[in-house]
Amino acid sequence: MAVQFRKEADGVFLLDVKGYVCPHPQLYTKKSLEKMKPGEFLDLVFDNPSSAESIISMCEAEGNDIVEKSKDPSGAMKWRIRKA
Amino acid sequence: MAGIEGEAGVAVSAADAAQQKQELKNRIWAFSIIGFFALITVWSYSVDARYLYLASYIWFGLIYGMALQYGRFCMASAFRDLFAVGVPRMTVGIIIALVLFSIVSAVVTGAGQSTFHPLPYGYQNIIGGIIFGTGMVFAGGCASGSLYKSGEGTVASWLVILSLSFAQTWFAMAGGWMNHLVPAAWTASAAAKHLPSVLSPTSGWYNQYLAGYIWNLPATTVAELTRIKNRFLAAFVGNALLNTILPAIVILALVYVFWYRKAHLRNRAKSGRKGWRAELAGYWSMIAASRRTAIAGLVIGVAAGLHMWVTQGLREVFGVLNAGELLKAMGHTTGLSIQDTVFDPGYWYITTQEAQWSGWLLHVLGVHDMRNIFYGLQNGVPNPLLNPPGWMSISIILGSSVMARLSNEFRLKLPSLETAIWALLGGALMGIGARIGIGCNIGAFFIPVANGDPSGWLFGLGLAVGAYICVQFYNWWINRRMEKESIF
Repeated sequence: MAVQFRKEADGVFLLDVKGYVCPHPQLYTKKSLEKMKPGEFLDLVFDNPSSAESIISMCEAEGNDIVEKSKDPSGAMKWRIRKA
Repeated sequence: MAGIEGEAGVAVSAADAAQQKQELKNRIWAFSIIGFFALITVWSYSVDARYLYLASYIWFGLIYGMALQYGRFCMASAFRDLFAVGVPRMTVGIIIALVLFSIVSAVVTGAGQSTFHPLPYGYQNIIGGIIFGTGMVFAGGCASGSLYKSGEGTVASWLVILSLSFAQTWFAMAGGWMNHLVPAAWTASAAAKHLPSVLSPTSGWYNQYLAGYIWNLPATTVAELTRIKNRFLAAFVGNALLNTILPAIVILALVYVFWYRKAHLRNRAKSGRKGWRAELAGYWSMIAASRRTAIAGLVIGVAAGLHMWVTQGLREVFGVLNAGELLKAMGHTTGLSIQDTVFDPGYWYITTQEAQWSGWLLHVLGVHDMRNIFYGLQNGVPNPLLNPPGWMSISIILGSSVMARLSNEFRLKLPSLETAIWALLGGALMGIGARIGIGCNIGAFFIPVANGDPSGWLFGLGLAVGAYICVQFYNWWINRRMEKESIF
């Protein structure tokens, strides 16, 4: 259950931080978004509910949009974030 | 096409049915937990009315657990997320809870019903805070945060509690090479206390730390320092206003300037508004940003104050000063300290009762004796089934579970190996930090600050420093991993 980064398609990246608790999911998300270009999408998969609130606040502050919230087959949260 | 739609429809309704089944299961779990505590309360009361004392801890623990989970109320996040990701949400939530709790506490103190005793102040508040602060960031949650996260099904938090418990018992008993680290002045001072011969105050680091250092330190509240004679006025002006509300306003202003203002004004500029009105609106919007956290802060603040009042009321009704006296009167004499006391803070507190779990286990297994001050003189090692604050910790876990089940957020989550290692390390550091600081983020920060004890701010300063150090470590660690593994 190590952290996974993958390029899924042009402009779409996957960050899987299942099995990690605070602050890892929010820190990996922040650092991933910083490295991406505006308009690109990050599919973030995480299973630590406490990180959700921080990630929402972080996106609001930076202007990034959480465009979709769903669940992956394991029941973990899967959010698609569009970098502003 | 019709066939495909039909299959999809069947699949969707099967998924819906599974979800409904899960939701029903969650509701049954939630009400079973509440029913379990109700049953314990009624049954124990029917056996002996004095068990109400224990039940009061259970029900307040349940309220804390539910509120903590609802608001995702974690103090590790309050200190850490500011430095790590620039999010002030939880810092604001904690400050709201502190302000409300200080007002309720002032009423309780003014009415002469407070169970609070100020902690000794000195370097140990800051040092304990730094160690605890580092530990809580490693652990991914503070002491109470790890309890509520355990209730959500986060297995890493179970490891944190396990490590926190055993680290404290080890630290309270450690001698051997640790004795060489004890200053001679502590040993001399501990010997001069002439403690009962069943204890060994001049052997073991923690024994000498308590008897030779901590007990010599002063402790006070701002209400006492103001020398205002009217008890209500002293509590409101000294404890609530000077020690909590004014510092809270200043801290919120600093958080606004350094972590919120930039983003707020950028968004505000789009609507064309500027000047002090925009700044004030920003300050307020920061406070009102997370409704859930603010509501949790409100519930916790009020409940923590009422908890002190109820405990003091029960002590008066039963004519005791400590739960140990009640246990002895009911015939439960095993595990009491030599003063016939057990750990019984009379308010929201974490860590010592968890230390007692491992202390009790090792005691039952014959691994340690009761010659140390922490267990033998002060806290005892009661059977976990008869440990009032121990029940509070259990009900915080299960209270959080109730809330997580009702909102369908409960899920058993296994940690990665890396997370498990951080959890064990963080729990151990929190355990040691809590013993040095005589409390955790609740007992040595939240409760003292809201009750007019300035030592709480020293511990809080230590927490901030410790959190900052650990965030810097994690930044380095994660950057290193991303460089090695990242596709960017």
